Amino acid sequence: MIRFYLNGQLQKLNQVDPNLSVLDWLRTRKRLTGTKEGCASGDCGACTVVIGSPAPEQSGQLRYDSVNSCIALVGSLHGKHLVTVDALTREPAHPVQKEMVECHGAQCGFCTPGIVMSLFALHTENAAKGSVPDDDALLEALSGNLCRCTGYRPIIEAGRRACVQTWEPGTGNAVLSRGRALSDPAGMPSDNSAPGLGGIAWLQDPEMIADLLSAQRTMGELTDDHGYRYDAPVTLEALRGLCRQFPEARLVAGGTDLALEITQQLKDLDHLIGLGGIEELQAIHEDEDGIYLGAGVTYRAMFHKLEERWPHFGPMLERLGSRQIRNRGTIGGNIGNASPIGDMPPALMALGAELDLDSIDGTRRLRLEDFFHGYKQTDLQPHEFIRGTWIPNPTADEKLFIYKVSKRIDDDISAVLGAFWLKRDGETIKDCRLAFGGMAATPKRASGAEAALRGQPWNADTVAAAITALELEFEPMTDVRGSAAYRLQVAGNLLRRAFLESTQDTTTTNQPLMVTDYA
Amino acid sequence: MRKLPPNIPRPTTAAKGLTGAQAFHDSAWKHVRGQARYIDDLPEPAELLHAAVGQSAHAHARITAMDLSEVWAYPGVVSVMTIEDVPGHTDIGPVFPGDPVLAGDVVEHVGQPLFAVAATSHRAARQAARLAKVSYEPLPAALTAEAALDQQLFVRPSHTQLRGDPDKALAEAPNRLQARMHVGGQEHFYLEGQACLVEPTEDAGVFVHTSSQHPSEVQKLVAEVLDLPIHEVQVEVRRMGGGFGGKETQAAPLACISALLARRTGRPVKYRMARYDDMVQTGKRHDFVNTYDIGFDNDGVLRGADIMVAGRCGFSPDLSDAIVDRAMFHSDNAYSLGQARVVGHRCKTHTVSNTAFRGFGGPQGMMIIERAMDDIARHLGMDPLDVRKRNLYGPGRDVTHYGQTVEQHVLPDLIDTLEASSDYRQRRTGVARFNKENPVLKRGLALTPVKFGISFTAKHLNQAGALVHVYTDGSIHLNHGGTEMGQGLYIKVAQVVAAAFQVDLDRVKVSATRTDKVPNTSPTAASSGTDLNGMAALDACEKIKQRLVEFAAETYGVSADSVRFENNQVHVGEQQFGWAEFVQQAYMARVSLSSNGFYSTPKIHYDRATGQGRPFLYYANGAACAEVVVDTLTGEYKVMRVDILHDVGQSLNPAVDIGQIEGGFIQGMGWLTTEELVYSDEGRLLSNGPATYKIPAVSDVPPDFRVALLPHSPNREATVFRSKAVGEPPLMLGMAVWSALRDAVSSVADYRYSPPLDTPATPERVLQAVTATERWVAAQEEPSCKNA
Repeated sequence: MIRFYLNGQLQKLNQVDPNLSVLDWLRTRKRLTGTKEGCASGDCGACTVVIGSPAPEQSGQLRYDSVNSCIALVGSLHGKHLVTVDALTREPAHPVQKEMVECHGAQCGFCTPGIVMSLFALHTENAAKGSVPDDDALLEALSGNLCRCTGYRPIIEAGRRACVQTWEPGTGNAVLSRGRALSDPAGMPSDNSAPGLGGIAWLQDPEMIADLLSAQRTMGELTDDHGYRYDAPVTLEALRGLCRQFPEARLVAGGTDLALEITQQLKDLDHLIGLGGIEELQAIHEDEDGIYLGAGVTYRAMFHKLEERWPHFGPMLERLGSRQIRNRGTIGGNIGNASPIGDMPPALMALGAELDLDSIDGTRRLRLEDFFHGYKQTDLQPHEFIRGTWIPNPTADEKLFIYKVSKRIDDDISAVLGAFWLKRDGETIKDCRLAFGGMAATPKRASGAEAALRGQPWNADTVAAAITALELEFEPMTDVRGSAAYRLQVAGNLLRRAFLESTQDTTTTNQPLMVTDYA
Repeated sequence: MRKLPPNIPRPTTAAKGLTGAQAFHDSAWKHVRGQARYIDDLPEPAELLHAAVGQSAHAHARITAMDLSEVWAYPGVVSVMTIEDVPGHTDIGPVFPGDPVLAGDVVEHVGQPLFAVAATSHRAARQAARLAKVSYEPLPAALTAEAALDQQLFVRPSHTQLRGDPDKALAEAPNRLQARMHVGGQEHFYLEGQACLVEPTEDAGVFVHTSSQHPSEVQKLVAEVLDLPIHEVQVEVRRMGGGFGGKETQAAPLACISALLARRTGRPVKYRMARYDDMVQTGKRHDFVNTYDIGFDNDGVLRGADIMVAGRCGFSPDLSDAIVDRAMFHSDNAYSLGQARVVGHRCKTHTVSNTAFRGFGGPQGMMIIERAMDDIARHLGMDPLDVRKRNLYGPGRDVTHYGQTVEQHVLPDLIDTLEASSDYRQRRTGVARFNKENPVLKRGLALTPVKFGISFTAKHLNQAGALVHVYTDGSIHLNHGGTEMGQGLYIKVAQVVAAAFQVDLDRVKVSATRTDKVPNTSPTAASSGTDLNGMAALDACEKIKQRLVEFAAETYGVSADSVRFENNQVHVGEQQFGWAEFVQQAYMARVSLSSNGFYSTPKIHYDRATGQGRPFLYYANGAACAEVVVDTLTGEYKVMRVDILHDVGQSLNPAVDIGQIEGGFIQGMGWLTTEELVYSDEGRLLSNGPATYKIPAVSDVPPDFRVALLPHSPNREATVFRSKAVGEPPLMLGMAVWSALRDAVSSVADYRYSPPLDTPATPERVLQAVTATERWVAAQEEPSCKNA
């Protein structure tokens, strides 16, 4: 059985096909049709719901995250609070809804419930922190919501206006925070004044939270009449046992890729082991040498930890998937998936990251680059799972450059991703690791180009020599995201960009080097 | 009725929500609460079945065998059918034949429906449909417009428009340029996929809930496949989750297949396409191959033009005849071509049949002349804006290549205003300075106009009907033939009705579009929804008002011209009655309070034999100024600022109109930048979902985005309250972004070279343009290459 709450109401499920998405469960089993299916692949956000999880860092309160319900499997709800647009149908309207109406933020209305829920999550998060999101935070919150009618401008405006208001259900209309005028053309307050928490007690109902915490301590499971199973272990030990007993079972963490086999390829997966309930997998350990990220750490959770060590992770992670994906996708999933176009592996390979593989027989550690054998082929043995990854801290003479290139800036899979780790002694390159995504069947080091750089002065001629080496060692493919020629040209130019960036402060101009600097 | 409802008087203040008010979308509150029902949200009738189809794996092949036994055997499957099982018509081509409802012996595109399945769940139907064993004998396939041109494969005959002697004008012009470009297609990506729900009726007919822009055509085609008279089929459309032209003809096949399955099983059938199926099975915007041969004087003014536009139509005609015509009508955009020949080809390819998409060929036609404007500017060393301004239609140069006179010259002043308000000249200087200083990033700036002809070019479609009832509590029920896809048609026409009676907008309720309320309707398309249905509704209101005036004059002994409707009241001479009170008086006196209304567009005609006429009642106009920054290392770019000034005549609802302009612009920008349809060499669509087909996301919106309506610009033609159509024209404002990208790349050659930039201008194509420009510069610096 799994146990969770839907809009404040306890739900217990037992006999349910574990291939069912949260969206399909809502629409076909509960006939709650406010949440829409736009793509069933996690790319459009029409199905966005908000999921509350007990958050130790918030003193036992629930943290609410926007999630694509079309690729979240129903088993992943165990111990969570699922909030859908159907909870927001009473007067007074949530400020997000009121402003979406008043700003003319909906035209056909089909994407609107998802947009309302993304903005609701942003509003709730900021209300809890007592902050007001800036425009960057607003755009990030909406990064996974496609709208084909409005051109987004009125939606952005609605978000700006709503986030300076409090929501107080049951006390009359939504009120403006501190008398700020709705017609304020800038939309944003000049200070960072915060609305109070307001009467959103049902989102943090103590009895519900206590019940969810107790659910999270018990293993969840689903079965159905086909014999399909979903196991949600809550300890590493239980996971090791399940992996030994059912080596064919599929491990699912965020499910942002695996669920596509179910919704796009229409596969029925007969046994799933959900990893979301194992606390150790979500843990982050830091020491002076580096940082250890449990396999279940989400992009959202690792963002600041990585960015503060290696600043180039920031802009890359902001473009990896959407907010909804970053709320769910995990580092272990991105690595274990072994896609040639995953964005984390090249960056981690450039840093010399190491991977822990765990099983009932113990833990073994290997270099990340040794993990990938071929297209979607890895060193992972049937009874093993990824335990976590260790990433070294930078020293003063090291720098990491990560550049992602894709057709669309946000929420797009890379045509090419280049990650370059350089260790310099003055002008000389003492050591380097260059890794690329999108250039081969696996994330791959550019050993020829590395050799052309190592021990050489860091100048334009050396870079040109490395680019020549790149052209010899890579034969990328042509596909929907780019031609082989484009990939090769861009791969070399990214190295050129790294050179320009690292030497920029010595030139006379100091202009931005990337168009995303203007975003 | 025996007893009238209580008459609750309202304050006698000016009526609220009339034309010109920024009324909210009629469903706005339902949208934000998830309570607006789309097809898949409707309560499911008992015994409901779900439909799916098996798809062709080949672009062009003969089917030698089709084994459906595993499909039949799949758990949950209730029925499977092929074209053999269709009782009535098997061809559902909307204008010309060519669209079999299910494939016969030959398939003509990858994804073509071969057979249909009805099962007890959506997933089971889709899973079962993949289990067919089909044997094919592959046949030669033409997949591109170029291939079709080479082989002279067309779905309809080519057409020519000729004005003057272009060959002579070209020969004598001081300057002459030729170019060829490819303009990409576009997936509609309406957020609600195609869907319908069909219920059998007690008379062996069907009731169809569909997400369609053209309920009357769905009705006719469903009747034909079932071999029924049209009156046995009722079709209802409450709303669509986006249409953009993609639900003008493409909704009908789903309704036909569902109706056929409902007939076979006697059970209601829902057919909702998953996104992948929708992208593979339904038509898109045509991609085009266009060429120009232009002659111009030393001031950059065109003397003559020889233009070819060739649209990739796919395997069947669908609406392609009219779409390529519209590309031809708009290959001048806003410019007098001088002596001109425009030829349009309708290329037949073994790909999905392309269809209507906002602009309907017009945008693809315009791209060739906008490219020419930039090319002339680089050739002569002029600012592209100056070339554009000199070539605009104006007094004395006002006849198009198809013989229509441009009567209202909005653009010269509109462009001057935008040029000033966008600070174009000063920013041009700033861009040049930036580009000199920065070796990697380059900025580009462009200001481009749009002139778009309003009317269906198929004359008979320019008609509409409406139905208005006034009830005895003063509430008003409105129904018309137009469909709501998010564009705000319902609220605009409701505002027209409120204005006609001078009552508050909340008195007016619009109900779902239904074929049994208003018959024989035209599609909601060609930007004409408000123009046509607004006028039809107004006509219905005027008829009711006429009866009320006659009743008042007779009852109170006053002259008809002393009866006035204002401030939620009816003024009869010196007396005033509240609206509801007066309506009750009229009811008690047995005055009919219901009327239909009708409208047909005047003045328009076009003679295909001569290629001359007046196909459009008027033109809608606008202009956009865009600034971009381009990365010359990767081809990535960012649109930084956009200023738009657009002419909607006298706006019926400025908020709705601004919404159409902003949304249209972003959609047009997406079409020309990141939205790339990629096919395999075998004709399979590779960009078949939002993971690979990238429409603009929220961060693609220019951080500085200024949109304004042209003030004080009533339509010269007698349209509904002197408004202008707004649905399609703003899409083409996106051309400014494409031109700005070219401008940025051209800076690499100090604006001496006009780089080719086919669309969509993805980062890859922009980088190719950068590389081409760098090569041109290198060639200039090496004298030996000049002779090469």
